[in-house]
Amino acid sequence: MEPKQIYEILSGKFNGKIKQFVENTFPPSVIVEPDSVVDVCRFLKTEESMDFKSLICLSGVDLKEQGKMAVVYHLGSMNHKHKIAIKVELDRNNPHVQTVESVWPGANWYEREAYDLLGIIFDGHSDLRRILMPEDWEGHPMRKDYVYPKQYHTWDV
Amino acid sequence: MGVLEDKLPDNILFTNVDKFLNWSKKSSLWYMLFATACCGIELMQAGASRYDLDRFGAIFRASPRQSDLMIVAGTITHMMADRVKRLYEQMPSPKYVIAMGSCANTGGPFFKDSYSVLKGVDKIIPVDVYVPGCPPKPEALIEGIMKLQKKVMEEKNLVKK
Ligand code: SF4
Repeated sequence: MEPKQIYEILSGKFNGKIKQFVENTFPPSVIVEPDSVVDVCRFLKTEESMDFKSLICLSGVDLKEQGKMAVVYHLGSMNHKHKIAIKVELDRNNPHVQTVESVWPGANWYEREAYDLLGIIFDGHSDLRRILMPEDWEGHPMRKDYVYPKQYHTWDV
Repeated sequence: MGVLEDKLPDNILFTNVDKFLNWSKKSSLWYMLFATACCGIELMQAGASRYDLDRFGAIFRASPRQSDLMIVAGTITHMMADRVKRLYEQMPSPKYVIAMGSCANTGGPFFKDSYSVLKGVDKIIPVDVYVPGCPPKPEALIEGIMKLQKKVMEEKNLVKK
């Protein structure tokens, strides 16, 4: 199925929750309201004609100039050989979004990474700890206004 | 060497005993299996049949309790750094460290602006030999081990320093 068709089906089903279709990204992306992302994802996974069984990647993006944080879900279907990206935009000062762990269990570690590096909070996540940085690290190093600490434990960074 | 350490006079008998002790140390540099990144592949290769580190008496042990030498082969992150230090402290002395590859020497490709990589393992543990390269060839590592053997041969155990 073409991404444009997927977008049209989604906007028919989730009235008012689907904000925009962006064609010039790869794969083309659909911008969704943060509060309905779990419903949209579950629909995309379970619906026979969509069949997005695989969450290829989940990544956080810091859009500092626009005062936003974004989470991008790259989805793929092995059976239908189509791809799409779902994107949610959050408030940069208080980035909260529901976890999609209940849809794809593999999202667990992706979401921990986005939390670790960008400080995006995934509500309802079963184990939201840091994954790459040490537990007692301060701040989220991939944020664009992050200031590196001079010292960590006994050595300089 | 316990109670006798650094106490004996510097005469021909004890210098020869010292040499013998050094010779036995340098001929059994058992190294700890410790590979954290791509350099580890070269370390494995150096231990395998083609380069055969065994002929220098260097064989790998899986436990710090049984090893004399720690070859830090690979990138050390801040998260790993505490563990490296603890492993080093678990090794019985005399113990030696070889920093293998640019990452362990200085942070290497991650030197500038990396938030997670330790910029050189010498910030946390004392290093005896640095082997440069990204990754160093097995020949380079073997040269590093031979340098270390030379260093071990010059040590004084029983006689006064
Ligand atoms: S020095 Fe190069 S080869 Fe060795 S661990 Fe670092 S990046 Fe990998």
